[in-house]
Amino acid sequence: MFYYFLKRLFQSVLVMLIVAFVSFSLFNFVGDPVNNMVGQEASDERREEIRDKLGINEPIYIQFFSFVENITQGNFGISYQLKRPVSQLISERMPATLELVFVSALIAILTGVFLGVYTGINRDSFISKIILVISLAGVSLPTFIIGIMLIYFFSVILGVLPSFGRGEVINFGFWSTGFLTLSGLKALILPSITLSLFQMTYVIRLVRAEMMEILQTDYVKFAKARGIKEKTINYKHALKNGLIPVITITGINIGTLIAFSIITETVFQWPGMGSLFINAVYFVDIPIMSAYMIMVAFIFVMINFIVDITYYFIDPRIRLKEDSN
Amino acid sequence: MFLFKTYKKLNDTDIGYSFFNSKIAIISLGVFLIIFICSFLAEFVAPYDPFDPMNISLMDAFIPPVWSQGGDPNFLLGTDQQGRDMLSTMIFGSRISLIVGFSSILFAMFLGVFLGITSGYIGGRYEIIVMRLTDVQLTIPSILMALLVDGIARAIISKSMHYDMAIYVLIFAIGISEWPQFARVTRASTLVEKNKEYVSAAKIIGFSNLYIMFKHILPNILRPVLVIATIGLALAIITESTLSFLGVGVPPTTPSLGTLIRFGNNFLFSGEWWITFFPAIFLVILALSINLLGDWMRDALNPKLKKR
Repeated sequence: MFYYFLKRLFQSVLVMLIVAFVSFSLFNFVGDPVNNMVGQEASDERREEIRDKLGINEPIYIQFFSFVENITQGNFGISYQLKRPVSQLISERMPATLELVFVSALIAILTGVFLGVYTGINRDSFISKIILVISLAGVSLPTFIIGIMLIYFFSVILGVLPSFGRGEVINFGFWSTGFLTLSGLKALILPSITLSLFQMTYVIRLVRAEMMEILQTDYVKFAKARGIKEKTINYKHALKNGLIPVITITGINIGTLIAFSIITETVFQWPGMGSLFINAVYFVDIPIMSAYMIMVAFIFVMINFIVDITYYFIDPRIRLKEDSN
Repeated sequence: MFLFKTYKKLNDTDIGYSFFNSKIAIISLGVFLIIFICSFLAEFVAPYDPFDPMNISLMDAFIPPVWSQGGDPNFLLGTDQQGRDMLSTMIFGSRISLIVGFSSILFAMFLGVFLGITSGYIGGRYEIIVMRLTDVQLTIPSILMALLVDGIARAIISKSMHYDMAIYVLIFAIGISEWPQFARVTRASTLVEKNKEYVSAAKIIGFSNLYIMFKHILPNILRPVLVIATIGLALAIITESTLSFLGVGVPPTTPSLGTLIRFGNNFLFSGEWWITFFPAIFLVILALSINLLGDWMRDALNPKLKKR
C-alpha cells in the first residue's frame, strides 16, 4: 500500500518538474527578458545590473531552483501585456472557470451514467438506438458549434437566456460566485450545457460498453442460471462493477472540461482562466502562458493521483496485483 | 462488367461484405468522397474563386441564401461580409481543413507507429520511457496540447515569419497531440506478434531487427492503426477548426472552415445567420461522415464482434 502510494507520488512530482522545466525554458530562451524590462537606450552597465538582479548570470540549475521556489510561493511573474502579477490575474478568474467546470461535470456524469446504463441494459430498444445516434453526432459536433447554435436559438431567436458574461456575482473574499443570483444562474445554463455535451457522449459510450461487457461475464450468466431476477442482476450485481470506470472517467472528465472550457469561455465571453489563456497565446504573453500551463498540469496530476488512490481502495484486483509486486 | 467483378471480389472478403451491407458505411463514405473530391478540385468545382479580388465586390456583401427574401440566384448560399460567395469559400475552406487534418494525422501516425513498434520490439528501459510519455500525454486533452504547442511556437517564431509558418505549426501541434494513441496500440500488437513463429523464423534466417519490425510485423498490425487513423482524422479536423475558431489556427488570408465560422460568429446577432451556419453544418457533416466510417470500420475489423 505504502509503496504504491509512494510510486504514484513520485510519478506526479516528476511530471510537475518536467512541466516546470518546459515553462522555465520558455521564460529563459524565448526572447531576452532584459529587453522586456528596460528601454532600448539602456546602457550596457544598466543591463548587466538587471541581469545580476534577475539572477540570469547564475548557473542554469540554480536559476531553475529559484524558479521552482517562486512557483511554490505562488509567484509567477508579471504579465507582459496587462502589467499585473499573474497570480493575481489567475486567482481573480479561477472561480468563474471552476464553477463552470463543476456544473458541467455534474451534468455530464449524472446524465451520462444514467443514459449509459439504460442503453447498456436495453441494447436493442428503440430509445437506445436514438440515444446512440445522438451521442455519435455529439462526438462530431465541435464544442464551439454547439455553443454558437445554443446562442442562436436561446439568445437570438427566443431571447430568454444571456449569451455572454457571468451575470451578477457576489463576492466572498477572494471567491466570486454566480450561484446565488438569478442572473448568475441564468448565465450559467448555456455555457455549462455546451461544455458538458461533448463529455456526456463519452460517458454514455463508456458506461454502455462497460455494462455490455459485464452482462456477458460468467458471474452474470451464473446468476441468470440460478434464476435471480433480471432486475437484481442488472442493478445490483452488474451496475456495481460497471460504475468503477466512472471514477476514472470523472477524473479525466474534470481535466478535459478545464481544457475545453477555453473554447466555451471564448464563445460565451466567460471571464475565466481559459479566456485569459487564449489572449495570452494571442499576444505571446509568456508569464501567463507558463503559469496556466503549470496550474493546469498541477490540477491534472492531482486528479490522476486521487483517481489512482481511490482505485486502489475500491478495486480489489488492483490491490492484489500491486501488493504482490 | 469490370465494376461488377470488383464488387463481387470485394463482397467475398469479410470487410467488403460488411461494407456493402452497411447503409451507414456506404453513405458516409460517399459523402466524404464528394467533399474530398470537391475540395481538391475547388478551382473547377466552386462557382467563384473567393480569393481573387476581381470576383469580390463589397456591393454583394450580406446577400442571404437563394430561398430567403433578397436572395440572389448567383449566390446559392448567400455571401459573407466581404461579398464572397459562401459556397465557394466553404469549398476552398474545407480544402485547408482536410490538408491540415490529413497531414497532422499522417505525422501522428508515423511518429506513433514508429515509437510503438520499436518500443514493443526492443523493450527494456526504452519501452518504459515511451510508455510513460504516452501515459503523461494521454492525460492531457489533445486540444490543450495543441494549444500549448501552438502558443510556444508563436513565442519562438518571429511575428513576420508566423503567417507563412502557421499551417506547419498547426500540423505539428495537432500531430504531436495525437501520436500516443498510435503508439499504444502498435506496441500492444507488437508484443503479441513478436512471439509468433514467423518472427522467430525471420530472426533465424538472420534478417535485421529493423527489417523484421517494418517488413514483417508492421503489415500484421495495420488494422487497428487504420481504425485509429480514421477516427483521429475526424478529431484532427475538429481540432484544427477549433484552433482556427479561437484565432490561433491558420492565418485569415487562407481561411479554413473554423476561420469562416469565427468571422461569421460576429454577424450572428445582426441576423446574418448564414455566414456562420453553413460552414458549421458543413464541418459537422464532414466530421460525422468520417466518424461514422471509423465506427463501422472498428466493428468490421474487430474479430470479436463478428456476427455469430
